[in-house]
Amino acid sequence: MNFPRVPIVGQIFVVLFLAAPALFPSWILFLLTKSLFMFIAVQGVALFLRSGNITFGHALFYATGAYTVGFGTKWFGFRELAVLVPLGALAGLIMAALVGLIMARYRGVFFAMLNLAFSMIMYAALLKFYWVTGGTDGLPAGVATLFGFQLRGSSFGFYYFSLGIAGLVAYGLYRFLASPLGYFLKALGDNEIRIEYSGESVRHVIYVAYVIAGGLGGISGVLAAFTIGHIVPEDAFWIQSGEFVFIALLGGFESIFGPLMGAIAFEFIQTYASKYFPLAWQMTLGGIMLLIIIFKPGGLWEIYEGLTSRLKNSRWGRYILE
Amino acid sequence: MTLQLLTIIFVDGLNYAATLFLISIGLTIVYGVLRILNISHGGIYAFGAYLATWLALQLLEAGLPPYLSYLMLLAGGIIIGLLTGPIIERLFLRRIYGRDMHIQLLLTYSILLILDDLMKLIFGMEPLIVSEPYTLLGQFSVAGISYSRYQFFLIAISVLFGGCLIWLVRGTRFGKLVVAVINDREVSLAMGINVNLIFTFAFTLGALAAALGGAFIAPTIAVVPGFALEVVVLSFAVIAIGGMGSLEGAALGALIVGLSRAAAIHLYPEIELVIIYLIMVVVLAIRPEGIFGEEELRRI
Repeated sequence: MNFPRVPIVGQIFVVLFLAAPALFPSWILFLLTKSLFMFIAVQGVALFLRSGNITFGHALFYATGAYTVGFGTKWFGFRELAVLVPLGALAGLIMAALVGLIMARYRGVFFAMLNLAFSMIMYAALLKFYWVTGGTDGLPAGVATLFGFQLRGSSFGFYYFSLGIAGLVAYGLYRFLASPLGYFLKALGDNEIRIEYSGESVRHVIYVAYVIAGGLGGISGVLAAFTIGHIVPEDAFWIQSGEFVFIALLGGFESIFGPLMGAIAFEFIQTYASKYFPLAWQMTLGGIMLLIIIFKPGGLWEIYEGLTSRLKNSRWGRYILE
Repeated sequence: MTLQLLTIIFVDGLNYAATLFLISIGLTIVYGVLRILNISHGGIYAFGAYLATWLALQLLEAGLPPYLSYLMLLAGGIIIGLLTGPIIERLFLRRIYGRDMHIQLLLTYSILLILDDLMKLIFGMEPLIVSEPYTLLGQFSVAGISYSRYQFFLIAISVLFGGCLIWLVRGTRFGKLVVAVINDREVSLAMGINVNLIFTFAFTLGALAAALGGAFIAPTIAVVPGFALEVVVLSFAVIAIGGMGSLEGAALGALIVGLSRAAAIHLYPEIELVIIYLIMVVVLAIRPEGIFGEEELRRI
């Protein structure tokens, strides 16, 4: 097996995440559980950002995963995570495989706006077919089971389950980004035609990335449904997609750990912003996003790398990092 | 019977097309000159609608003659357009010219988020409705169906808007400068054109069109928080069909979308929403640059 070299911040994260239930009160644990499913969905958005494209409609796949849980519960009374997580991933994959057929043709503005359009259609459909989807009331998710044992959304068990899934996702993505296709994806933002010169179809690269991102969205939706306990049409709304984009930008999308930093920071910002200025939540998001774009386009990851490179040049820092 | 139905579809479609043209023309101007898809367009539009409605309501409450409410609509649109346009362009857009596409989209998107909340903070969460400008003009009937005259007033306004803008681009010195800047920014700079000023003017013109569009459409709808984004998506569909950056394209796109939506509502209402995106996907599949769009070369 080929294991990734985990940067030092990643090692700290892994240790902190493993020890979190012993260290932090339950409300922080709940925020961490939420940041884990956000992390998974944001990785999909980060895939596109690496290729210089942006999507304002990724909530489409998140909602697909969430409503997989909703329908499983509503029609079959079925809440088994060992089945629903793969099923949610599959639902996301299928949705992305269909939408991707159209989307793989487009870049830039068209890619962003067509994704937005598709997620708006999904949102409208979820509202309109209320006899199936529950309309604005949404659907309850209930309590999940794992191999027959009950796992509450706020429990240690569910937290560790999410952590395990997030770890698998991070490792899988590392492998994908280290593969030839992953490198082509990164090269896409620089120069498309050269990719085709080297014998790879650009459309194929985007399609594969799109389907993977869809699957990640599906997994994230399943975990989100059980963590929050309720599934609503707003899961497909543009604000939700905007939050994914925000996290990717806040954390930085160059590294796999960037979105994790972003997701944790986001959950804390959301908690405090809704406490102190409940009416200006979007404004807070937008304002922070403006500051990042203008001053630190690489997000928290860029700040972290700046710090470590400064440390490397100092005598003491080298001991810490080695 | 069929002829009557066709007439109804035609008139409804024309009404809807006028609205669509008003909401999308600002977006196409800004894209045409700055090559940036201005997502905050929807926010400016909604802001225009809000201020116009609020001003008209204040006027009616003060007991002034209701005919003045048309002036209030005009004032609301102009104030918002002249206020938001230069501020957004000078403070924010100026910093990201020439940067990656996704950064530009993100910037205008964050401005939309900020504007959306700003409106909620200023005007509250309750829907604002002013129907006087709409009902004052009265109604008349076509083919046995009565229509409000205000709808036809909107058609007249959108034709007026389109005409003025085409005259501005084709018939004035300012238009010639804009066309020069669009074609080659660096050469225009070398020839002594103040490109920065042209960009500010063009963006303000786009903002003005958006805010005025919002102001005049406001009496036909209820102005509620959060309707900004819908407008962005709709107007993007319209200009993508017609060709981004083209005025004639926006008009044709609005007509196509308007007529087909009216047809869908009367013949097969289930696909009312989907039909717009369906047309967009079909047009883009056949002609990716839109009907009036110019083909863009890929970078090497």
